[in-house]
Amino acid sequence: MHDASVAPPHTHYLNANYGVKSWLLTTDHKRIALLYLASLTLFFFLGGAFAVLIRLELLTPQGDMVQSETYNKLFTMHGIIMIFFFLVPSIPAVLGNFLVPIMLGARDLAFPRLNLLSWYVYTIGGLFTLVAIVSGGVDTGWTFYTPYSSTYANSHVILTALGIFITGFSSILTGLNFLVTTHTMRAPGMTWSRLPLFMWAHYATSLIMVLGTPVLAITIVLVALERAFRIGIFDPTLGGDPVLFQHLFWFYSHPAVYIMILPGMGVISEVIACFARKRIFGYDFVAFSSVAIAVLGFFVWGHHMFVSSQSPYAGLVFSFLSFLVAIPSAVKVFNWTATLYRGSIAYNAPMIYAMGFIGLFTIGGLTGLFLATLAVDIHVHDTYFIVAHFHYIMVGGMVMAYLGGLHFWWPKITGRMYPENLARLAAIIIFIGFNLTFFPQFLLGYLGMPRRYHFYPEEFQVLNVMSSAGASILGVGYLIPMIYFLWSMRYGAPAPANPWQATGLEWNTSSPPPTANFHTPPVVTEEAYAYGPQEVHVD
Amino acid sequence: MWSNIPLFPEQASTIAGQIDGLFAFLVGVSLFFGGLICAVLVYCALRYRRRSEDERPLPIHGNLRLELLWTGVPLALAMVMFFWGANLYIANARPPANALEILAVGKQWMWKFQHPAGAREINELHVPLGHPVKITLASEDVIHSVYIPAFRVKMDAVPGRYTTVWFEATKTGTFHLFCAEYCGTSHAAMIGRVVVMTPSEYERWLSGGAAQESPVAAGERLFEQLGCPTCHRMDGTGRGPTLAGLFGQTQRLQTGETVVVDEAYVRESILLPNAKVATGYTPAMPTFQGQISEDGLFQIIAYIRSLSSDKRR
Repeated sequence: MHDASVAPPHTHYLNANYGVKSWLLTTDHKRIALLYLASLTLFFFLGGAFAVLIRLELLTPQGDMVQSETYNKLFTMHGIIMIFFFLVPSIPAVLGNFLVPIMLGARDLAFPRLNLLSWYVYTIGGLFTLVAIVSGGVDTGWTFYTPYSSTYANSHVILTALGIFITGFSSILTGLNFLVTTHTMRAPGMTWSRLPLFMWAHYATSLIMVLGTPVLAITIVLVALERAFRIGIFDPTLGGDPVLFQHLFWFYSHPAVYIMILPGMGVISEVIACFARKRIFGYDFVAFSSVAIAVLGFFVWGHHMFVSSQSPYAGLVFSFLSFLVAIPSAVKVFNWTATLYRGSIAYNAPMIYAMGFIGLFTIGGLTGLFLATLAVDIHVHDTYFIVAHFHYIMVGGMVMAYLGGLHFWWPKITGRMYPENLARLAAIIIFIGFNLTFFPQFLLGYLGMPRRYHFYPEEFQVLNVMSSAGASILGVGYLIPMIYFLWSMRYGAPAPANPWQATGLEWNTSSPPPTANFHTPPVVTEEAYAYGPQEVHVD
Repeated sequence: MWSNIPLFPEQASTIAGQIDGLFAFLVGVSLFFGGLICAVLVYCALRYRRRSEDERPLPIHGNLRLELLWTGVPLALAMVMFFWGANLYIANARPPANALEILAVGKQWMWKFQHPAGAREINELHVPLGHPVKITLASEDVIHSVYIPAFRVKMDAVPGRYTTVWFEATKTGTFHLFCAEYCGTSHAAMIGRVVVMTPSEYERWLSGGAAQESPVAAGERLFEQLGCPTCHRMDGTGRGPTLAGLFGQTQRLQTGETVVVDEAYVRESILLPNAKVATGYTPAMPTFQGQISEDGLFQIIAYIRSLSSDKRR
């Protein structure tokens, strides 16, 4: 199937130069993407290891494997690592870094050295957090609610917070770089309405990164200052207000949910168009809905606080706005589904991930409506229902999209094909394992099992055992791609320039691309997704 | 009807059925849309699978009518959900006036309750069937959250302020009481049970335990102990305002603003006396922050409140 006679070009970004220095001091966005890929993978499996321990402990109702203090540290560090060190950077820092300049037809990002700095900043922040973990960990939950985090917790809050604070700047730098690059470095003919939807998604994500992350940074600094110097911002005995923390925290952390899902939506648009050989149905609506999500996402933070003693009237407004932000996501799902209509659908691994994404994201999105509904949220808030909901979005959505995207662009990134059938099998294992892990948690939550419980009443055991069983399948599912990706870097069939016969500038250059991305600077003459037989393009 | 299906939690309060009704509606809408998406996905996956590598299907750019339809219909349904949920929420936001008032303090890692007649209990709450019960929540340390799944109610106990939650039990029996907001090491052990009894059993239970001081009596004792009557004299001649008949009134402040004298204001005036000084008085009162427990505050407030209801009688 793959044309093995097309050997990789003699020089490309991977073999242009060698040695540790050529990687650690590179300003090539493609190499930086690989640096990120390596560090993110480490954090993903570390966060995953914590999840394994959590699910093992929850096999039995008694807290018989670790102590409560340890359990609390496990779920805290699982959350912190997965959110701040995997999900937030995941697609933007790896696939975005690799693809944004190429998709725009540019040589590199607007600020290549800032890009390298962002990886160092991320790594330094990660090291702080790793030191905090090794020296005893932190037990506040990833949410750092005050006054527990600022006054009562006896764990490494400041060190961890510092790690997150530092890492936040890598997010801001990446966002800034993408915004400026998109505005100033598009190739001739690459108008805004010709941008791939991946670009629209990253543009919207970058807006949130640049506008939202500073608020998180400020909030974390305030917690650290209160903890260190008792300055009285959040602790009521010092004259502070603990609910103020929640407002500040969620003002970033709800938009951060969209940082974590919008890039995934961008990947899905590319993959579905390619493997259905169709232009995305309703391009304008899919593109605009990304921006709508980014903007509306800033006005819904209070739906995390319906039982926090926030005013009931604020609750009404936040509930209403939360329903509005659900609509653009629904529009995307409908348009992706409609794209399949009369398409020519192939089931390569990326497409299996994309279809899995649509199903799981739909469940995640619909259960979000339950949480936006005031009276219902009172009951399911802080139960396993919410745990299930956000894992459907973050893992069922973002991680599926991340893996789908990684498979889709793997031939471009490495110049090698991954083993297709094994990849299909892994995708299906992950899909099944995921559902078995997290669907029972919806039921647990509705039955009333609170989250962050080290031990629990016996009637919840059956569903917890199902969930732990699913997690073991899911864990195996994640290890398989890790193994064959490594294998394929050496033994995979050489990839042609365009193995999927996809549109998009990244497929018009060799696999892997040369350091300058293109052999001749591209000129764009058509809209994105010109998959049709002989499309007529009218500007 | 739901209670026959083991996948649903027990319904034991007046609002549980209403919440479940709305929940069922949400499940219905989700099944419809989830099913629709899956059906179309599977249909297209089978019907339009690639049969030859050379296939180049005709492009479809989009369809404005479809876009409007699948924006409008979900929006309309979302609005139904919003209004339904908001209505239920607002209707149940305020406790009925005749509710039995129970005081609760959360602390790492236990719940302490006090009944109006004086009975106190820890991690266990006895309440009468068919009578509204209002719990006023305080926290001595971090944020906790009272959660009784069978009643479908939850409310955070936030240090530094009072919050309330109320329910009317419709079933006798024992139900889970959880702390739902992560509060530190033994969060999972901050659990207890709610025991719903018939009103006569409840009365018997109240009178059964050792005689305990009512919050009002305890509050009066504490009021004297802390030396409050030195300034807050009943006849109004003291350095501070008299507290007789004050609770529930609107108080004018030095700044010209007014404030309703409620639990929150009395609490603030004890802990931060200079925050809102009544007009005609100097900010002379010392703070009692750190000298008085959350239970003590509850009791003093109950006492000050009783000074108003006595007068009306």
